[in-house]
Amino acid sequence: MASHERDSETGVETTGHEWDGIRELNKPLPKWWLYVFYATIVWAIGYWLLMPAWPLVASYTKGFLGYSQRQKVAGQIEAAKAAKAEYRDKIAQSDLATINEDPELLRFALAGGEATFGDNCASCHGRGAQGAFGYPNLRDDSWLWGGTLDDIQRTILHGIRADDPKTRGAGTQMPGFGQTGVLTEPQIGDVSEYVLSLSGRTEDQEAAARGAQTFVATCAPCHGPQGKGDPALGTPDLTDELWLYGGHKATVASSIRVGRAGVMPAWAHRLDSETIKELAIYVHSLGGGQ
Amino acid sequence: MSAAEIRVAGVPECGCGIANFVEAAPGVQRSEAPTIERGGGSLYAPREKIYPKRAHGTFRSIKWIVMAVTLSIYYLVPWIRWDRGPYMPDQAVLIDFPSRRFFFFFLEIWPQEFYYITGLLVLAALGLFLFTAIAGRVWCGYACPQTVWTDLMIAVERFFQGDRNQRIRLDKNPWSFETLWRKGATHSTWLLIAVATGGAWVFYFADAPTLARQLVTFEAPMIAYMFIGIFTATTYLLGGLAREQVCIYMCPWPRIQGAMVDRESLLISYRDWRGEPRGPHKAGQSWEGRGDCIDCRQCVAVCPTGIDIRNGSQLECIQCALCIDACNEIMDKIGRPRSLISYDTVRHLESSGQDMAPINFLRSRVLIYAGAMAVVGLIMLTALLLRPDLEVSVLHDRNPIYVKLSDGGLRNGYTIKILNKAYEPRDFTIAVQGLPGPMVSVIGHEKQVQPLISVPADGLEAVRAYVALDKATVAALEDPATGFSFVVTSADGASSAEHGALFQGPER
Repeated sequence: MASHERDSETGVETTGHEWDGIRELNKPLPKWWLYVFYATIVWAIGYWLLMPAWPLVASYTKGFLGYSQRQKVAGQIEAAKAAKAEYRDKIAQSDLATINEDPELLRFALAGGEATFGDNCASCHGRGAQGAFGYPNLRDDSWLWGGTLDDIQRTILHGIRADDPKTRGAGTQMPGFGQTGVLTEPQIGDVSEYVLSLSGRTEDQEAAARGAQTFVATCAPCHGPQGKGDPALGTPDLTDELWLYGGHKATVASSIRVGRAGVMPAWAHRLDSETIKELAIYVHSLGGGQ
Repeated sequence: MSAAEIRVAGVPECGCGIANFVEAAPGVQRSEAPTIERGGGSLYAPREKIYPKRAHGTFRSIKWIVMAVTLSIYYLVPWIRWDRGPYMPDQAVLIDFPSRRFFFFFLEIWPQEFYYITGLLVLAALGLFLFTAIAGRVWCGYACPQTVWTDLMIAVERFFQGDRNQRIRLDKNPWSFETLWRKGATHSTWLLIAVATGGAWVFYFADAPTLARQLVTFEAPMIAYMFIGIFTATTYLLGGLAREQVCIYMCPWPRIQGAMVDRESLLISYRDWRGEPRGPHKAGQSWEGRGDCIDCRQCVAVCPTGIDIRNGSQLECIQCALCIDACNEIMDKIGRPRSLISYDTVRHLESSGQDMAPINFLRSRVLIYAGAMAVVGLIMLTALLLRPDLEVSVLHDRNPIYVKLSDGGLRNGYTIKILNKAYEPRDFTIAVQGLPGPMVSVIGHEKQVQPLISVPADGLEAVRAYVALDKATVAALEDPATGFSFVVTSADGASSAEHGALFQGPER
């Protein structure tokens, strides 16, 4: 600092810097402020030494404290699991109906079930469990294999036509009557028309009447004489308004021609039994539970 | 230029600084208190230690009272009990983070009602503007925690180390046992005050008696000790050590205040038209042709920020009014009228005391601040008085928006949140109003004909509910989206709340 010049207007000394005749007033920074700045530098050096700091080619400096965010998260996950253990134990010991009627357990199961559903089920059944072509809507009131808590749990545990000794529907399917030559194309058309008539939607009564005979002979053994379906066999109710593979004449005919055999994987090997209980409670809560 | 030279640069005439007894007037000792001038050729200003002298007078008394009241409020409020019934905390003022509630005597705020706090902050800001427009930095001078705690710390310092001159001597003398115990006692007491300050802070966030017991038995949560530590450090550093540095370098308010005052604002001012020309007054000398200011520098000696009020309005001045007390005491001694330094308006000062028109308090800025405060206050009061003890919110399922049923009917799903703001647990029923023949089911209550939902005291319960309509009813609806409402009623029928919802179906 060379100049102690004073500004004539304010009487304040200037820094001696001048830009086009404009002089900067010296409003000095307090010393302690400067020392705080130095302290932050010292702090930074200490931080480099103690904490993970510098990236190396294939690694990084670990720091003397050995702190790791990954370890910390792992610890937090452990703590969260421990905190959940109380409820998980209760869920393990309770049957589904009890859980469903205990507000606290129900809340816990729904939260866990929703997360598990998003991770595992949503890819086929949709994020909102609304289903898709060939993948049942879990929110409606139509269940191929039953919609009680126990039915849902059983389906999740062992799957449908799955690789599991207790799976349901093993070796059964809706045959492709057209592919195997059991029914001719005109017969398929007639049966389709009859199936539509079960929900009151046929436009060709004659064809439907012709199809009725074929239905009794070919379809009724599984779908029942009235086409009401049978949850024990997993056969759908053909008289309602819900269609897994489409309810138009062309899609119904296609199902008869090439057959259908939807597969639900068994989850007993992948999820623990408490999680599957939570999942069953959650699916049951989506609106269609019986 | 050395630091000592700079320090006396602003002192006119007798800058000799050697004599311990320079008379400003008969019997009035001239203080050698330097006016703190920051800088002195460097870009960094070393701190000039300030030794504020004890002042006596009206404003000092007001400040003692304000200090006693504000500190009592701060330290004692967490201990006030307030009965809210068996399910609720009985602390009058409690910021309950774990259960997300804020209690203030008869008021209670949930997190989504944080706008009450916003309103409070708006009121506080407007109040600050209003007071500043009327009387300058009264907040800084009397009520700011920095001022109050600094004042307390200085009082402690004075108790152990004596007044200004003794403190200066203590610092000049070489270290001795006396220095050690006096300084040691000062800093220990500061630390005790700091710990008490941090300790009082945490009591606002938990049940005070319980936490106090836990604190002494070392069973309190870590976070409590951490916050006591933080507040101990800040109180000791800011109130004990940093003092005026906080006001001058850290606080934004001095920078803003210039825009907040006008020519009618009452600011602590030196009446130069009465004081100048200043100079020492000899016994028997006439007061004709000279000012009342005998340049005793008592106003500088008592100043906690080390400025000379006679230089006019300054950023460093926190308007604590101690210079008024100091000057009045001298004026009494030399037999001149009081109020050479006083609360005064720029208009009055500029007219050299001639403009005697009363202060116009009904100025537009005063009226606008007061009006805005009244409006915000009324809105808050109305909102608080109309605060219901039951609220309901309804969230329609988004994915899927509706579900087709096997009979061709439709079902919509909703999440209903029942907020029970009463201080006891209550049961509620849910009814659907405005839909023909709805079939309602509530998850977890399938077996009940009329589902009764229990909600904890001062808590909320979220339930999943489904509303279904059969095919014929859906066909009769005029629109794919039909408005209706959920009505939630307490089992005793005392409270009821309604929330609108839509029943949706496919586009037609």
